[in-house]
Amino acid sequence: MSDKADVWQGTLALMALKTLETLGPLHGYGIARRIEQTSGDRLSLNYGTLYPALLKLEQEGAITSEWGVSENNRKAKFYKLTRAGRKQIEKATRDWEQTTAILARFLTESGGQA
Amino acid sequence: MRALRAAMLRVAGLFSKNSCERELSAELESHLQLHVDDNLKAGMTAEEARRQAMLKLGGLERTKENYRDQRSVPFLETLMQDLRYAARQARKNPGFTFTAVLIMALGMCASVAIFSFVDAALLKPLPYADATRLVGVYESIEKICPQCNLSYPDYLDWKRMNVVFSSLELYQGRRFMMSGPAGAEAARGTRVSDGFFRVLGVAPVLGRDFTPGEDLPSAPRTVILSYAAWQNRYGGSPDVLGKSIVLDDQANLIIGVMPRDFHFALTGATEFWTTIHASQVAGTCDARRSCHSMFGVARLKDGVSVQTALANTVSIAHELERRYPESNRGQGAAVEPLSESIVGSMRSLLLLLLVGAGLLLVIACVNVASLILVRAESRRREMALRGALGASQGRLVRQFVTEGFVLVATGSLAGLALAYGAMRVLLSLIPSYLLEGMPYLNDLGLNPRVLAFAGFVALVAGLLFSLTPSWRLASSNARQGLAEGGRGSSGLTWRRFGSNLVVVELATAVILLVGAGLLGKSFYKLLHVETGIQPDHLALLQVGAPRANYGKDEQAVALERLVINRVSSLPGVKAVGIATLLPIGGNGNTTWFRLVGRPYHGEHNDTPQREVSVDYLKTLGARLLSGRYFVESDDMSKPRVAIVNQAFAKLYFPGEDAVDKQLAELSGKPPFTTIVGVVNDIKEGPLDVETRPAIYVPFNQNTDSVFAIAVRTQQDEQSILPALIATIRQIDVGIVATNPNTMVQRIADSPSAYLHRSSAWLIAGFAVLALVLAIVGLYGVIAYSVSQRTREIGVRMALGARPGTVYRLVLQEAGLLAAIGIAAGLLGSLGAATLMSKLLFGTTAWDLPTLAAVAGVLAASALLASFIPARRAASVSPVDALRAE
Repeated sequence: MSDKADVWQGTLALMALKTLETLGPLHGYGIARRIEQTSGDRLSLNYGTLYPALLKLEQEGAITSEWGVSENNRKAKFYKLTRAGRKQIEKATRDWEQTTAILARFLTESGGQA
Repeated sequence: MRALRAAMLRVAGLFSKNSCERELSAELESHLQLHVDDNLKAGMTAEEARRQAMLKLGGLERTKENYRDQRSVPFLETLMQDLRYAARQARKNPGFTFTAVLIMALGMCASVAIFSFVDAALLKPLPYADATRLVGVYESIEKICPQCNLSYPDYLDWKRMNVVFSSLELYQGRRFMMSGPAGAEAARGTRVSDGFFRVLGVAPVLGRDFTPGEDLPSAPRTVILSYAAWQNRYGGSPDVLGKSIVLDDQANLIIGVMPRDFHFALTGATEFWTTIHASQVAGTCDARRSCHSMFGVARLKDGVSVQTALANTVSIAHELERRYPESNRGQGAAVEPLSESIVGSMRSLLLLLLVGAGLLLVIACVNVASLILVRAESRRREMALRGALGASQGRLVRQFVTEGFVLVATGSLAGLALAYGAMRVLLSLIPSYLLEGMPYLNDLGLNPRVLAFAGFVALVAGLLFSLTPSWRLASSNARQGLAEGGRGSSGLTWRRFGSNLVVVELATAVILLVGAGLLGKSFYKLLHVETGIQPDHLALLQVGAPRANYGKDEQAVALERLVINRVSSLPGVKAVGIATLLPIGGNGNTTWFRLVGRPYHGEHNDTPQREVSVDYLKTLGARLLSGRYFVESDDMSKPRVAIVNQAFAKLYFPGEDAVDKQLAELSGKPPFTTIVGVVNDIKEGPLDVETRPAIYVPFNQNTDSVFAIAVRTQQDEQSILPALIATIRQIDVGIVATNPNTMVQRIADSPSAYLHRSSAWLIAGFAVLALVLAIVGLYGVIAYSVSQRTREIGVRMALGARPGTVYRLVLQEAGLLAAIGIAAGLLGSLGAATLMSKLLFGTTAWDLPTLAAVAGVLAASALLASFIPARRAASVSPVDALRAE
């Protein structure tokens, strides 16, 4: 593999949600590109993995989908954040921050002992 | 919440597959388009742009596959596939499917229907508070009457002296004369002590319970209605409270209504409960210690066992015996759980039927399992092919499991529907007077317990049906299976296994057939018991006259003569007799006596007594053995006379003539009763109980206002019943005429006849089904074996074997299986018959003719079943057999 990081299970959904929050309604391809760009091309993303994640979000009611037309006049399925989706982002963000903060402490501590 | 919503959508995804699939394709196509557009802008060639886009997506099919997994539930998805496949398989083999489902449904129907009866009678708790602490309390007379009525004075002493019951109450079910504007009618009611409902822990649904002291003679008379009576007589109106009803010429105030589901089986269907108000007039039954008319029900004190309670009541009975030797000599006590009193007599019958149904179910399952095995055999190549194409062993097993359970589910649902019908039919076959004593059967149905039982049976059957072919699968391998006409060891293995199954089936069928044979023989013996009468052309009617107008001796005698006179003049009437109680009833209503001129040591000479009119014994068709019948002049003004039966004469006057001997009351003082005749034994009690010594006395010397009429007719006895009722009505509308019947019907409907008949018929039904299934099973195994050995037989015949040799070859195989099956079955049935010996009458468990007949029937059927495949084998053309490969 390259030195690009693989996308962790579960984080992809949050990235997709955050993207929709920032950019508004967007199709799957757009979301995938945006995630790659935001990561500064440091993430290696199989675009195909995005679709099951989107389906799961839709089943959970975090997003809805609708067919529309893209900026360059292609038919595409657009995803849109719901109110439940926004709440999910807030919660997931909080969880993430907590987790990373805890992990950061562990890492610095063990680093100090070494 | 979110997870739930997602899960539901995923399950829903199973059913909207096609539209989703199209949408996914469109979305991915649009994704690629967008990506290709970008790539083109970045300067790639069209081909390169598409290739890169595809690469980045990670493969179209893989993406779709991942997406599908998220869309629905993969496990369910394959399950649906298997189900569809199973359904297709079932449709492709309608004969197999129909047979298997039908057999399964029959087995299920029988066991579920019988289980529902077992559940209603034995498993469901009685509708009383803490019912396991309730006991039935009885007086007993050794050998003669193990559970007899209490007398009221004895009851009062037992209630006062016992230390084991938190309360002891009384009940007495009987008919009351209910007077209304439309005349009198007989109504079934129960006299109870005031704490009767409290001891059961049940309160009225409307109004109030009896209060302590309300059963004393001084208290105003009150009555509590049953729910049914409230609905039927008062339309369920709540202002029924405070109204009054006239029972036996006494006004009773209605104070309450019992709940709909309350029942007390031991008194049958009762319309109301009224308090005892024991009569204090000397000589009446309530006042006499020797007149036993009521039953006790009690609640055990905490920590007291039935045994302790029994010991305590027995010691009280001994004490009373010591104090009142005149009336209480030989009077013991009996205490048993109330549930035992209510359903005890049904238990062995129900368990017998359950075992019978269970055996039938076993045969049915074994039969279906072997059908499935045969079919699995013919699907060996299909399975091998699927295996070769990459289906894992687990996947193939899952297919069998699915098919097995589809079969079981269909069969079970059909079986449940049949069972529901069967329950209704069985219920309708129970005579209504017996059903009234079994109110716990009222809510018979497919309740959760019965459904759980059915579910359990279905689960076991499903496992059996899915595991047998899977096990078979495991023992073969793909290469062998694919080889055309492969005849590996697996065919042999199955033949052995199938043979074992058939032996089980045959043995089970033998057990059921022997059971049915023994029960059938018992029933036959029972119906041919010597009743001592000629039951044909005998019409019967029960008559009850109000005591106020007919209670005095001369009034009752006048009524008796009028009734006999009027009925005699009806066309076609040959003879008329009346008696207080008819034959084929019970051995109750006994009298105590001592023999005049013999030493007396307090023997308990207790014997049924019937008060009969002059022509009664002649009317029944009884034979006079010596002496004379009663005559009209044997009345109050003459010395007392009696006729005894043969059993009486033999027991008390062995080797002598009983005529002219004298009997006395227990006091031993005159007036004495002189025996004037001896009549043959008439079956006064149940058919299956030995005839007891009995005494017949003239009605004219011992009157009663309640009696039965027996009419010997020229014509069909049934046809005279309406005229008989009309005649009684003409005499006085205040007289109640009930239970019109014929003696033949009375015998056929008597409890012992009914129980023997129903068990014999049901077990016979199970046995016939079992026989058919077992024979079909045997046929299947032999036919399969022949089909497997076609080539071998062809070779033998090509080498000069004659058809006779081939017949012998096949019949030998079948004969061995049948012989083992029959032998095992006979052994098993000896055990089974010993277990059910209590239900047999006049027949031993080791009834050789029955065993021989069953073995013969089975052997003949087995021969027939194997003859068909044997013929087929013998008619095989060697050339065809060898070329078929």
